[in-house]
Amino acid sequence: MRITRATYVFLISLICLTLAATVLAQAGLMSTSFVKTLGKTLCLCIAALAMDLIWGYAGILSLGHMAFFALGGYMIGMWLMYARTAEIVVASLANSPLPATAAELQQGIASQIFGVVGASDLPAIWGFAHSLPLQLLLVVAVPGLLALVFGWLAFRARVTGVYLSILTQAMTLALALYLFQNDSGLRGNNGLSGLQNLPGLEAVGQDRLSLWFLWASALGLGLCYLGLAWIVSGKFGSVIRAIRDDEARVRFLGYSVESYKLVLFALTAVIAALAGALYYPQAGIINPAELAPMASIYLAVWVAIGGRGRLYGAVIGAALVSLLSSWFTGGRVPSLPLGFGTLNWVDWWQVLLGLAFVGVTLFAPKGIGGLFDRLAGLGRPDRKGAPLGPDAGALQEREAVE
Amino acid sequence: MSALLEVSGVTVSFDGFRAINNLTFSIGPAELRAIIGPNGAGKSTFMDIVTGKTRPDSGSVTFGEKSVSLLKLSEADIARAGIGRKFQRPTVFEDQTVAENLTLALKAARSPWRVLGWRAKPADLARVQALAAQVGLIDHLPRKAGELSHGQKQWLEIAMLLAQEPRLLLVDEPAAGMTLAERERTTALLTEIAKTRAVVVVEHDMDFVRRLNCRVTVLHEGAVLAEGSLDHVTKNKDVIDVYLGRG
Repeated sequence: MRITRATYVFLISLICLTLAATVLAQAGLMSTSFVKTLGKTLCLCIAALAMDLIWGYAGILSLGHMAFFALGGYMIGMWLMYARTAEIVVASLANSPLPATAAELQQGIASQIFGVVGASDLPAIWGFAHSLPLQLLLVVAVPGLLALVFGWLAFRARVTGVYLSILTQAMTLALALYLFQNDSGLRGNNGLSGLQNLPGLEAVGQDRLSLWFLWASALGLGLCYLGLAWIVSGKFGSVIRAIRDDEARVRFLGYSVESYKLVLFALTAVIAALAGALYYPQAGIINPAELAPMASIYLAVWVAIGGRGRLYGAVIGAALVSLLSSWFTGGRVPSLPLGFGTLNWVDWWQVLLGLAFVGVTLFAPKGIGGLFDRLAGLGRPDRKGAPLGPDAGALQEREAVE
Repeated sequence: MSALLEVSGVTVSFDGFRAINNLTFSIGPAELRAIIGPNGAGKSTFMDIVTGKTRPDSGSVTFGEKSVSLLKLSEADIARAGIGRKFQRPTVFEDQTVAENLTLALKAARSPWRVLGWRAKPADLARVQALAAQVGLIDHLPRKAGELSHGQKQWLEIAMLLAQEPRLLLVDEPAAGMTLAERERTTALLTEIAKTRAVVVVEHDMDFVRRLNCRVTVLHEGAVLAEGSLDHVTKNKDVIDVYLGRG
């Protein structure tokens, strides 16, 4: 694979950022919570890369990818919560006069986890929660299979464009509503919590753990970037861009457009799920609100603002907008007195984001990434009806339009 | 000589309107054929049926020595079976370079997994170069297809069609928007191709059809009105009525 300059610049920036954050955190100049914010942002960048692959390159505007992200989080969260609760239960039963039986242990864990929703039995879907490898497998398998089934149904019926977007919104909404129920087996609207405590690593401390997760997230982002850069640089990338621009034509070239879409949908779902599995241990809590339709729309907004169809654009958009978002909504930005009233950023940030999105769509369809093109002197040639080529018989642009 | 493509008794209705009415058509493995007919005669629908875009209500369409029915196959399957189509409006991938366009069309594995691992071999690069040279685009390989002139796009699309190495080419109004010199080149190229493959040209322009100097099928109201040499069909009374009005 030919590694482009953009890839080098990206990877070097990522390494520098990670090292700088590590040094600052060690020196006590960066708070643990900000390290976590950075780590989480890198995970969101991974999800944005997946979104860019499916939307920016293949033109499939999925508005449901954060559902896969959250499902990945739920799957890893189940193990984290189970293993952590098991430790607590074992510790508390150790004081009892008789050694605890396996059933008592199981019962203790179940009532600890599910007492909050008024249940005391471990649902069947927690059957693998005791094992990290199995639950890691589910991080990939559950979102992957859901994407395969959903994609197979939608793409086979040749649902495209805005109809597909609506279907994906419906999917994430339906999942969220299902998970909100107390008997869904995933603690209803309480979600899974305490995920920041890794079992067996209490002694390590959050300041160190947060750095470990930052490194893991940076490594994940770097690998994901390289993998996707490899995918889009070859003929596969050429095919999916062709699908974006004219899928009927691609069919007549003999490519099964539906298989490509399905592969992409499942692949990006798995990437999003892995990103989610890295994100939620840093966030500490996951609940069904994370699957709200709005979350997936944000993902699309990040990619649009960053610049579709270029991997670094997606990363820049996700990092910039999500960091700005946490800054503005964190309540630390001073309110703006306007004379007739005060502009409170916590309330008005979303309006600003909405306006930015409209602005980018209207005035900079290539997003922030388009600025790099301008710097590099790329872009569309400005021919203004001049002769189009040296070949005899080539038409003038005016005729070409006719 | 057995036929490469056999269309028999095909009927298609759109909301009660019979676009194709009991159409029967066949073409040999190395033959050039022109299809002419007034607007709404069913020329495009005919191509849609052969390429799998439209499913007929009745009739059969078979292809190749084994007489494979095309009616059950998807567009992509039909293309892989060896039927290439050129659209009236040049449809190339404007955001990609001429070389990328040709590479996409090159005969090679089409499944996502095989394509993912595909890397151009010297033979593939040579083939792309040869195709580009054949249609006069050799100097334009690194340019984006969207920058090409209308005529050049037509050429690129023809080269893409050849890259697929189809056994049957369906060509919709190849001469539209071309200059006289380009038309002559197109004619020469099509007759050359038809020495080894079957070529069906749908055309409005009688001059161009005369230049092709081949058998002509006249369609009217979704059925074959006449078939034979151009001189033969233009003397046909029905054809004169359809083309010149019934007076």
